[in-house]
Amino acid sequence: MNIIRQLLSKPWLSGDDDITESYNQMQCLRVVQTQSTKTALVFFLMVVTVVFFLISITFLSRSQYPDFTALAGPPWLPFSNPVTLWVNSAFLLLASISIGFAATSKPNNESVGQGRMVLALCLTGLFSCLFLIGQLLVWQQLTASGFAVNGNPANSYFYLFTGIHGLHLAGGFIALIRVVISFVKHADNERLTANLRLCVWYWHYLFIVWMLLFALLTATPATYKTIALLCGF
Amino acid sequence: MKEIQPIADDHQPSGFFAKYVWSLDHKVIAIQYSITAIFVGLIALVLSALMRLQLGFPDHFSFIDPSSYLQYVTMHGIIMVIYLLTALLLGGFGNYLIPLMIGARDMVFPYLNMLSFWTYLVSVIVLIASFFVTGGPTGAGWTLYPPQAILQGTPGADNGILLMLLSLAIFIIAFTMGGLNYVTTILQARTRGMTLMRMPLTLWGIFIATILGLLAFPALLVSAIMMLFDKLLGTSFFMPAILSLGENLDYTGGSPILFQHLFWFFGHPEVYIVALPAFGMVSDVIATHARKNIFGYRMMVWAIVAIGGLSFVVWAHHMYVSGMNPYFGFFFATTTLIIAVPTALKVYNWLLTLWRGNIHFTVPMFFAIGFIFTFTHGGLTGLFLGNVVVDLPLSDTFFVVAHFHMVMGVSPIMVLFAAIYHWFPLVTGRMLHTGLGKCHFWVTFLGTYAIYLPMHYLGFLGVPRRYFALGDTDFIPDSTQALNAGITVAALIVGLGQLIFIFNLIWSLRRGKVAVANPWQATSLEWQTPQSPPVHGNWGDKVPVVYRWAYDYSVPGHKTDFTPQNKTDSESLLTDKGGQG
Repeated sequence: MNIIRQLLSKPWLSGDDDITESYNQMQCLRVVQTQSTKTALVFFLMVVTVVFFLISITFLSRSQYPDFTALAGPPWLPFSNPVTLWVNSAFLLLASISIGFAATSKPNNESVGQGRMVLALCLTGLFSCLFLIGQLLVWQQLTASGFAVNGNPANSYFYLFTGIHGLHLAGGFIALIRVVISFVKHADNERLTANLRLCVWYWHYLFIVWMLLFALLTATPATYKTIALLCGF
Repeated sequence: MKEIQPIADDHQPSGFFAKYVWSLDHKVIAIQYSITAIFVGLIALVLSALMRLQLGFPDHFSFIDPSSYLQYVTMHGIIMVIYLLTALLLGGFGNYLIPLMIGARDMVFPYLNMLSFWTYLVSVIVLIASFFVTGGPTGAGWTLYPPQAILQGTPGADNGILLMLLSLAIFIIAFTMGGLNYVTTILQARTRGMTLMRMPLTLWGIFIATILGLLAFPALLVSAIMMLFDKLLGTSFFMPAILSLGENLDYTGGSPILFQHLFWFFGHPEVYIVALPAFGMVSDVIATHARKNIFGYRMMVWAIVAIGGLSFVVWAHHMYVSGMNPYFGFFFATTTLIIAVPTALKVYNWLLTLWRGNIHFTVPMFFAIGFIFTFTHGGLTGLFLGNVVVDLPLSDTFFVVAHFHMVMGVSPIMVLFAAIYHWFPLVTGRMLHTGLGKCHFWVTFLGTYAIYLPMHYLGFLGVPRRYFALGDTDFIPDSTQALNAGITVAALIVGLGQLIFIFNLIWSLRRGKVAVANPWQATSLEWQTPQSPPVHGNWGDKVPVVYRWAYDYSVPGHKTDFTPQNKTDSESLLTDKGGQG
């Protein structure tokens, strides 16, 4: 592996044979910028992963306390049949697919390609907004049916998880708008495609995290018990 | 093809505000970070003096009551650990040194870098605002443990704790912006020839510490958000069913231990977020001022990486008395002892670098050698506390206070002083006054021993920490009061001794000896800029190319006793034609 080879090198032996190794890959400013943004995005997603991971761990631990009542299980609980959440998930999936289309359409002076990309970006925005509105509706329904944020730890975690995930989506949305504005200003097709590819990663990541959260939040007490046992709680 | 390095002209500043206030230049941002951090650090220093006055001379100061004492303890701890050390080491030195040491013109995201500083400043303002709200700042201790942190009876339980949690959340956002920049810049903007294993150890320390920060600060963020939920929305993440001041509260069944796990999952890597950059910087200072290559460079790099990895699996050694499963204690004691191996290895390597080196007793070298002493002593007491059976009686005594002040208070600060004396000529173009510097060193070095050595004995006697007054406690002899008074006198002298440093900084800025370029004859790239101090864009027309590692000191057959990283063999080797000794 490259990193191992690098860590095993002997820098005290002079010689310029490896001078170009780390550098030749980066041939121009644009590549440096794109690679930097990609690296920063990878690290940012790692940070977000740690946030969700830690809350999930505390959730699993908290789920084994006697006052914890899961939100799924018997039919009278709100997520025993989570239709609204499925609909919201579909919106997020569609947003993820449409941004994928936007990144793969070729806008190079072809009106067709450009039109397809604009349409795909509009759909991304629309579906992402629908997802957020859908989540807010779920919050409203939960509160209306007596599952307030401080009612039970399971409720608290639901609001916490979905709130942070919503903020994460909103942050991505702002980044996407910045990408579009930068394209309108500079009309740099290659940069746009590269940045959109990073947005695709972001949206796919959002979707995967949401699916994991969905599974976690709508599981039954028996499932929590099994996972907690496996984790040693 | 465009030039490979990002071109600095993209954000060439014009006008006072663009140049010094809303600057995108990493060097200006570094100075902004440093000044802000030192300013809050001085506030924390004053708080510690107030604490010591109470402990050394109880009942003499009517303005210090039990509540304000706890507030001083809390704010001193949190400011020193997070707002001073983390910000100064990474925001200050990280920002200044990363682009210069890797041969870049700036950070890869200059705008984000600027945003990081201003967000940090907001977090500092929110923190300081808590001194002025009703009830004052929180007095929950720097660990902010629930349930007491948000319950009535704890100082600042209404507003202070809210501002503290908010400030921490803002700080973490600022750190994440800065941290993404540091990591990305090191990975993507290294100049030609600067392979990872040719980087100075300063950069390795900063690099790994930043990754630790990026992965550990989320734990603090999560715990801050969840505690805000508990306080503001009445959830019970951490709050158990509780009777407070004769009243049954609405909380049910939460787990305070859960908070402790989260907090220390951040808290222990935080020790290394502070220590690793210090390890790196001291390595460079020692090699430069001993005119010798660092002993075991690869080992030093691996040790930094290993310490970084291990720091994530030792956190519960802070929780031996929390009532967790005893088997956990066994596991965490083992990992804690393992982490001592790479750490000890680093100490040996510093000593072996000094061994038979051409040691120049400059002020940075004084502080670097002082660091080896304080760090070894602090580290050794850490081995005591890492063992469960020894920790149980010593937990929450002054022994712990003495230990962590030696290892993560005094030691990184010794390195910070070494670093400031070392890099001040680069930043300002002036030398700091040597006589004042040595005076500052001896007051600080001997003073810290006068403070913390006796503090260990207080701990052995069982004197508890965080107590406003000891009262009549049978097992604590009266003589402890004399020891406490002595510690206070020493602490006040050390505190006042720092005025020598502040005076030296201000005086030397205007009147200090003008520094020649590369006054320490160092090899690393930051000293090889065409102008000294480096100007905007750092490298003039052409970025440097690196041909060697950063430790070619006293290499036989070379023209001088140092060979900068950007010199080729033909430029540096003695030849029959043009060579001279």
